[in-house]
Amino acid sequence: MLDTNYDNDKLTVFLSGEIDHNRAVGLRTAIDGRLTALRPSVLELDFSRVSFMDSSGIGLIMGRYRSIGLMGGELRVTNVPDNLSRIIALSGVNTLGVMK
Amino acid sequence: MKNVQNEMHIKLLSKSTNEAFSRSVISAFVLELDPTIAELADIKTAVSEAVTNSIVHGYRRESGMIYIDAYLTSDRNVIIKIRDRGVGIEDVQRAMQPLYTTAQEEERAGLGFAVMQSFMDSVSVKSAPGKGTTVTLKKRIVALR
Ligand SMILES: Nc1ncnc2c1ncn2[C@@H]1O[C@H](COP(=O)(O)OP(=O)(O)OP(=O)(O)O)[C@@H](O)[C@H]1O
Ligand SMILES: [Mg+2]
Repeated sequence: MLDTNYDNDKLTVFLSGEIDHNRAVGLRTAIDGRLTALRPSVLELDFSRVSFMDSSGIGLIMGRYRSIGLMGGELRVTNVPDNLSRIIALSGVNTLGVMK
Repeated sequence: MKNVQNEMHIKLLSKSTNEAFSRSVISAFVLELDPTIAELADIKTAVSEAVTNSIVHGYRRESGMIYIDAYLTSDRNVIIKIRDRGVGIEDVQRAMQPLYTTAQEEERAGLGFAVMQSFMDSVSVKSAPGKGTTVTLKKRIVALR
């Protein structure tokens, strides 16, 4: 269900499709499960295959920022498609220093 | 409403799978006005926000029906009303402030109304505690040049 890669203390999650409230609930549990098991120093959320996202996706990013932060790790948000840049800018996620 | 050239009315249960459904239906309905991909994405996002709010806030205690009424006008406006008969909002002005949320523990960002306002031309909200909430979204689809 969750497409991930774990390498060199970095957990990469390849998100895909439409991230709304319905999807975010399951993703949150799945990602946090992997975080607890692996305790990586970097969590990368790769958005390259995400076609739609609303504020529930922002909640998902902010929540993971918190989860990995509590473990002393770092969040990286990568490959955000152009069509999602407005909602990212509106949310202020881009001011957290996580956009790579 | 003036100059209505098409309209659609749907009534659906407050299930989270209906978030994607309502986005797809609205998107197909609006196609008649030849929107750009960006305009379509804006409308889908705003509708997703309003429908999700009805599900997670309006019907947080018990599920109920969500009513979507959509209109296309001959002057290229899209008007979408999303209505629930849920718990309602006590202070609409406060609720619409960016980052305001009553569901922090559910990882809500408090950005839904801000997104609707930024992605649509106008957003109006009517609500009363115990009665429900109606959100009206409006956007003009620019004619193809
Ligand atoms: N249909 C509704 N019924 C009852 N309360 C609502 C409704 N829509 C919004 N609200 C109230 O307004 C607040 C702000 O809504 P908004 O969509 O801006 O943020 P959110 O839903 O809390 O978070 P996000 O949309 O970022 O996930 C909500 O927290 C809720 O208290
Ligand atoms: Mg919301």
